[in-house]
Amino acid sequence: MNFKLLYEISVSLLLARWKQTLVAAIGVTFSITMFVALLGFMTGLNDLLDGLILNRTPHIRLYNELKPKEEQPIQMAFAQKQSYHFIRSVKPSNKGLQIQGAGAMMKAIKADSRVLGVAPKIISQGFYQVGTTDLTGVINGIDVGEENRLFKFSDYVIDGNYMDLKNTPNSIILGKGAAETMLVQVGDVVQVTSTKGVKLQLKVVGFFRSGLQDIDKVQSYTNLKTAQKLLGEGNNYITDVQVKLHDILQAPAMAKEYQQLFGVEAVDIQTANSQFETGSKVRTIISFTVGITLLIVAGFGIYNILNMMIYEKMDSIAILKASGFSGRDVKAVFIGIAVSIGIFGGGLGLFCGFGLSALIDQIPFETASLPTIKTYPINYNVNFYIIGGIFSIITTYFAGYFPARKASQIDPVIIIRGK
Amino acid sequence: MEKKVLEAKNIVKYFHDPISIQVLKSVSFSLNQGEFASIIGKSGCGKSTLLYILSTMDTDFKGEVWIDGMSTSNKKEADLARIRNEKIGFVFQFHYLLNEFTVLKNVMLPGEKLGKFSKQEIEHRALEKLRILGIENEALKKPNQLSGGQKQRVAIARSLINDPIIIMGDEPTGNLDKKNSDIVFNIFKELAESYKQTLLIVTHDNEFANNTHRIIEMVDGSIVSG
Repeated sequence: MNFKLLYEISVSLLLARWKQTLVAAIGVTFSITMFVALLGFMTGLNDLLDGLILNRTPHIRLYNELKPKEEQPIQMAFAQKQSYHFIRSVKPSNKGLQIQGAGAMMKAIKADSRVLGVAPKIISQGFYQVGTTDLTGVINGIDVGEENRLFKFSDYVIDGNYMDLKNTPNSIILGKGAAETMLVQVGDVVQVTSTKGVKLQLKVVGFFRSGLQDIDKVQSYTNLKTAQKLLGEGNNYITDVQVKLHDILQAPAMAKEYQQLFGVEAVDIQTANSQFETGSKVRTIISFTVGITLLIVAGFGIYNILNMMIYEKMDSIAILKASGFSGRDVKAVFIGIAVSIGIFGGGLGLFCGFGLSALIDQIPFETASLPTIKTYPINYNVNFYIIGGIFSIITTYFAGYFPARKASQIDPVIIIRGK
Repeated sequence: MEKKVLEAKNIVKYFHDPISIQVLKSVSFSLNQGEFASIIGKSGCGKSTLLYILSTMDTDFKGEVWIDGMSTSNKKEADLARIRNEKIGFVFQFHYLLNEFTVLKNVMLPGEKLGKFSKQEIEHRALEKLRILGIENEALKKPNQLSGGQKQRVAIARSLINDPIIIMGDEPTGNLDKKNSDIVFNIFKELAESYKQTLLIVTHDNEFANNTHRIIEMVDGSIVSG
């Protein structure tokens, strides 16, 4: 087949009805623009919302749960005898929260090639003392460097420098909500009392804002040493081991593995936050559906225009066939027209979509709960552009295929006779 | 003996819609190289139908058509298109020029489809054909800027571009006035006499037919003379 000639004919027919083809191409451009911008915006938002929780949540969290022993001592004592035990008023033992041998455990986990990093944490209850009132709070002792590397701690610290927490002894970063209630500024000193009764004067080196107000009202951060001092424990006291993996999808399986290996509770991120995944999935499906619907509608536009063009060009098709062009050639000409519209419209659409995304990216979006976000979030994933491009060509190909097949089956005799 | 360019053997054709009618009743004839023949007959006698069967565009018939020593039976659509492209030139009652292209490009299209020559060569040949027909000055105009007679001459030039072994015409002068008919007729005559071009023209213009070398007369689907 002589593609160059067929292409030339396609282009001439296209240019002869350039207004119609322009309308068709604009349809494709519009739909691809919206497809790309919509997906970019939607997934941008998704990533933002997921990031709110998922970035800060360890992929696997190892901890001890405060619960009664499965096997009470009396059961062990009479294990051999055929007997039933009726034990009442079982209570959890008090020393449950500490992870025994946390140092060795962390070393072992760090050596695992699937693991990106491990950060220890101490979670304890306490009170912030303001004047005569006590505010309940949760004091998290963290390894500042690791916490920042793995969970982007610094993103949420709005005042002060997060590294001061590591460098200043007896320091604390308060939740913004808690700080407002207590009317403290950075540099002030607050008194914190732990549940163990230890009182410490801690210097406020910064505020953090998580985006979730309830958390900001109670949570605060200190370094590990301060937390251990507050609880009156030694420097091997750790209540949580947070693990971040290279591949988040491995979390459920590895959580089970660690639970068996270390004999502690392990919860994976998917189990802990299943609602986020579901939400993201549904939003992505909706964006894809809307985008693809737009494209299909544009496809119908092309179908209509080509159908009209074929009726208009009946004579031309007849003479092309009479003078030696085969049905396949005629088909190629019309598919060529459709796909040209697709490539041109689609290409322009990708470009406009990128432009629209960039524009949305500039719109200010400042919300008190998201300190790191200044403008609307956009995801510039190359895949959306590839999918959009491929889809525009596929839709226009099919929109062109059926009219083109009709054109290729036109019997020139009937048309020539009809004159 | 002259070479047989076109041969029809026992061609039978029915129209089935709305009722079955036999349009052609076992038509057989042959055409030698260089013959300038016309088919005449009343309207409805099947002369155009016969022409379309001979041209390979209509394949729904019984019998055999041989073009340039080759049977067209059992050939694929694309192969028949190739035969039309290479061996047959058409001139219809209506010119069927593509208004999107210049006159020159219209003439060149079948040549480019055949792809036997380079583009420059095809262009040169197209200009040569236009010159023979006396319209080389219109080469770069669009067909809709030409008069009816000129358009028909462009159509003839287009039919000549691949040096077909036969030119078929279906009432090529049917839409033209007396003066332009004469011009077209004289072109055909010159092609036949100077260039030994074989021509087969369907017409109902007896004056036109009388001036051709051979008249094939059809009545009710059969050849009665010629």
